[in-house]
Amino acid sequence: MKRYLKEKGNSVEVVDALHRNSDGRKWTIMEKLLLGLTPREYLQQALKNPVNWIFAVIFAIGVPIMIGRFIFGLSWVTHSSCDYPWGLFLGFGLFAMVPLSSSGFQLGTACEVFGRHDLEPIERLALLNGLLGYFFAVCFLLFDLGQPWRLPYPMVVAFGPAAVLFLVAWHVATYLSVQIAEVATGFFEWMGWPAGKKAIRKITLGLTVSGIILSTLHQGALGALFTYAPGKVHPLWYSASFQWLHFFVSSIPGGLCMVIVVSTIAAKTMAWRFDDRFKTNLDKLTISLAKGATMGLATYLTIKLIGVAHDNKWEYIATGWGAWYATEILLGVIAPMAIFAFAIKNNKVGLVRFGAWLTVIGVVLNRVNTAMITFNWKLPEREIPHWREAVIAITLYSVYIVVYRFILYRLPIFYKWKTVEVPVEATEGIREHARSLSEEMIPESVCAKEDIAVSARQLSGAESAH
Amino acid sequence: MKRRDFLKGCLMCSAAAAVGTSGKAQAAGSFEGYPDAMGVLVDLTRCVGCRSCEAACNKEQKLPEPDVPFDDTSVFEDKRRPTERALTVVNRYETGGSEPVYRKIQCNHCNEPACLTSCFVNAYTKTKEGAVIYNPKICVGCRNCMIACPFNVPGYSYSSAFNPVVKKCIFCYDTRLKNGKPPACVESCPQEVMTFGKRADLVKLGHERIRETPSRYYDKIYGEKEVGGTGWLYLSSVPFDKVGFDTTLQNEPIISNVKDFLSMVPMVLAIWPALFSGIHLLSTKNKDGHDDHDDSHNGTGGH
Ligand code: SF4
Ligand code: SF4
Repeated sequence: MKRYLKEKGNSVEVVDALHRNSDGRKWTIMEKLLLGLTPREYLQQALKNPVNWIFAVIFAIGVPIMIGRFIFGLSWVTHSSCDYPWGLFLGFGLFAMVPLSSSGFQLGTACEVFGRHDLEPIERLALLNGLLGYFFAVCFLLFDLGQPWRLPYPMVVAFGPAAVLFLVAWHVATYLSVQIAEVATGFFEWMGWPAGKKAIRKITLGLTVSGIILSTLHQGALGALFTYAPGKVHPLWYSASFQWLHFFVSSIPGGLCMVIVVSTIAAKTMAWRFDDRFKTNLDKLTISLAKGATMGLATYLTIKLIGVAHDNKWEYIATGWGAWYATEILLGVIAPMAIFAFAIKNNKVGLVRFGAWLTVIGVVLNRVNTAMITFNWKLPEREIPHWREAVIAITLYSVYIVVYRFILYRLPIFYKWKTVEVPVEATEGIREHARSLSEEMIPESVCAKEDIAVSARQLSGAESAH
Repeated sequence: MKRRDFLKGCLMCSAAAAVGTSGKAQAAGSFEGYPDAMGVLVDLTRCVGCRSCEAACNKEQKLPEPDVPFDDTSVFEDKRRPTERALTVVNRYETGGSEPVYRKIQCNHCNEPACLTSCFVNAYTKTKEGAVIYNPKICVGCRNCMIACPFNVPGYSYSSAFNPVVKKCIFCYDTRLKNGKPPACVESCPQEVMTFGKRADLVKLGHERIRETPSRYYDKIYGEKEVGGTGWLYLSSVPFDKVGFDTTLQNEPIISNVKDFLSMVPMVLAIWPALFSGIHLLSTKNKDGHDDHDDSHNGTGGH
């Protein structure tokens, strides 16, 4: 976007600070929303982008069908039947989306709990990925529920605490609010509400730890849901004792690789939004994430095999289902593991990214297999999703991408929000500080940080006085 | 965040976990069914496939007109299952003998129903009379109960946009069972295929019949042990898998499959906070006790 305008010789300031660089005036909300462009320029660049046209077509077809779902009922859009109660919305939408969104709690944990500050440049992307994934998983759920307006019932009207789904509902709901809070810091910076941000910084560690708890439980709980249906899910995808563990562990590489995938796409399409810190660190971060993912994949493979060995299900491997199972494992677990191992050793970032794609596909395949393809494997007929169901799923994913992009364009996810690059009436000493600071973006030592905190406090004091 | 506050928070969290989950652990225990629960013994050797029970159910439950009238036997060409329009169906099985075997399907009113234990709003109730009934007023429509039912019983009114509900046999609870009367299908059967009575008595009766005429019966009562026992019990002349029964079901109630997970929940709730705050302490100890998150996105520090 910025590049496009630059090409036309029209240099534009990108919104990444409270104040404009040129005249020191505060950005208005409108300017922030339009990325510092005039409405005309904004529209121009939007129309120039072929991707937007594709989205426009998808929405033109998809949105009426989405509305139709709520007017004509589920049978109008799905082939869900008494034998196959769950179709694309849950099997593909919810069950695939949730593990790919485990990035939030993982990077949160690494940075805030384990003190891995080197991962911080990508922490916010991981948090955002988590929040949006969960949010849209709930959207898929809303389309699937027979009576979506009763979604709050398990929270307020009737409780079935012995049900695994009850845990899922509560945990997803609370975890969504945790994630909103975590992502809100970026939003507060962007809006210029330091008080909100400060409040959240205070409870970050608490939020992070509740994130770990809630995630472990409901990622696992999604798997445990299937232990209600022994005999319905094919034995190779079912393990009474390990199902929750399988789902939980595979969500770890799933979430990490999703962050790699998103950052890869972003690097191709919105590199203008990266600041130097993100740009220079991206390759290194990708490798770090891949290392984590490799560990996750290795663990996952082990417990998958233990699952088969524990219930002695080897005989199934020789069947057609077994071939399909082997495909899933080879393509989605062993191949990426091998690729990661080679690529990390030789520092081949491109290859790592390819492995990440494979992992994401593998996790999605596993969830779709468990919830849809191998479900009711003993019944003679398979459920083929209705075309309207597919259209709604595609539309919802498109909305997801558009919202994702909308936020990445604006909020400080790929860049640091600059707050003190303002001419303020302050003492010479503080100016000195501010100047030295803007040169050195990332404070190295704690004592430098303390200085910064002091000077920043003084600055903001000066600013408000001003 | 101050470390002290955080640890305090963790403690409260664990306490809440301990309180909040004790109920769950109990719910996952095993339940043998109410002692006076009623049931029905279905003797497949007597059934002639007249579909009177289907008609009676349709009338009693005020279900919509069927597509094919109840005296039409062409429905036996396909294997049907209960749906929202037919809470019970009869299927025909050619088992190699001279006569086909007919089998009536409806909700089996499990002692420890999977539909009940999987429902997150408690829409199902196992009454003391033995019926498993359903409350359409609170059902959210997640259809998890349909996933969970090992007998593929509940149907869903997908075509309703504003009030879709789960439909399954409720043992004619409201109109009959509550008043001590047998369900409509039992009463309507001209062949006396079904015997209504206390479940405990029916189990005895079934075994007696098998003992008296062992040549007539396959030596097993289906439903006596399956998934913890069901209120409706079946006798058959042929092995049960020949007439469409799932003979691979476990004898444990379905809920025991989930126990492992449910018992892990309080552990995670109790252990994780301590574990991770410990790790946090360790991994940040050398930083002089400062609250040491790098305010990385903060530009130049707390604003
Ligand atoms: S047969 Fe199915 S629907 Fe009926 S009580 Fe048992 S689990 Fe529930
Ligand atoms: S569909 Fe209704 S009755 Fe069945 S589990 Fe969901 S909320 Fe409970």
